[in-house]
Amino acid sequence: MTLQLNENKPIFMQIKEYLEDAIINGTIKPGERVPSTNEFSKHYQINPATAAKGTNELVDEGILVKRRGVGMFVTKDAETILIDKRKQTFYEHYVLPLKDEAHKLNITKSELLEMVNREENRYEN
Amino acid sequence: MKIEVNGVSKTYKGTKALDHVSFTLPEPKIYGLLGRNGAGKTTFMEILSGHILATEGEILIDGENPFDNQRLTESICLITEGNNFKKDLKVKHVLNIYAYFYPTWDQELADELIKEYKLNLNAKIKALSKGMSSALGIIVGMASKAPITIFDEPYIGLDAAARKKFYDILLEEYEAEKRTIIFSTHLIDEVSLMFEEVLILQDGRLALQEETDTLRDHAYAVSGPTADVEQFVMGKEVIQSKQLAGMMTAYVYGNVQQAKSAGLTVEGLPIQELMIYLTEKKGA
Repeated sequence: MTLQLNENKPIFMQIKEYLEDAIINGTIKPGERVPSTNEFSKHYQINPATAAKGTNELVDEGILVKRRGVGMFVTKDAETILIDKRKQTFYEHYVLPLKDEAHKLNITKSELLEMVNREENRYEN
Repeated sequence: MKIEVNGVSKTYKGTKALDHVSFTLPEPKIYGLLGRNGAGKTTFMEILSGHILATEGEILIDGENPFDNQRLTESICLITEGNNFKKDLKVKHVLNIYAYFYPTWDQELADELIKEYKLNLNAKIKALSKGMSSALGIIVGMASKAPITIFDEPYIGLDAAARKKFYDILLEEYEAEKRTIIFSTHLIDEVSLMFEEVLILQDGRLALQEETDTLRDHAYAVSGPTADVEQFVMGKEVIQSKQLAGMMTAYVYGNVQQAKSAGLTVEGLPIQELMIYLTEKKGA
């Protein structure tokens, strides 16, 4: 694990986002076991309750499932749920700051659209 | 065990070390007790351990006062930054005494830690180095398995690797068996990840009690042109602010989302810095 914990942000959120990213980019696949709160606690020297808060939220959202005595596993629908969720926050996290910065730099709407279009072919081959 | 602190004050020859402090620690967690020198941390821990009496108010543990109360004394282990043990005893005698005293004593864990820290059982306490004497304190504190274990700067003289080992053991033991651990330290950056809840004492009063992750989310620095920042912080809880060349940085406690949507530069504030700003503000 390469995650560097950032002291300025709730730790449970960072654990949660770390797992979400790993599921979205396929590092941890559906049906696979994720690290236990104990393993997170040891690895990062964090309070186990904090790690548990992160994984519990993922359980509540249907992304992880707990199997008593065995561990926590990625659900079949995890990726779909996560992508839906991320799409919802995409506007807030990426589009709004993009427009704010463009406004600061006096970039017009058509210039901005032109820039977005310029990247059009980036993911198409 | 539930700890209730009800209006506790302690006066030493006219100086108030604690001034009507009240809070509750309802359940076993790892608590960080922070504050500047002379904030009253050690006095609080001594009253909690039943070593001294409060001048006013009381601390109740599961409804009872810990002073002169054997049932409770057996449930509390206080390890301070030195002079924990009688100087003329040998290490093995100290360990024997504590093993008798604490009904929850875990000899297996003690043996494991003695090996881990390479402690010489036949050495006299007064011959131990600072680091070794701290290691013995840590071993006693951990192996006591006391439902309330208190560490007051327990690692004077311990090098970084030995401290890291201590944190590993602490978390491992806590994970295996929940107990109340109260941890007072000035090395906040090193240990704040282990705290579930933080209490900050300032001039004998409780300045703050909050979950650590909530603090990480609520304490932030907001920067931008002075007029904009001033307008933004109006009516908010400002811990401290600085100005330079028309720009201003304010350290704020509140909703970080508001700051982000106001178009100002926002940075989270680590616990260590929050502590510094919070205690500077009130003129320590």
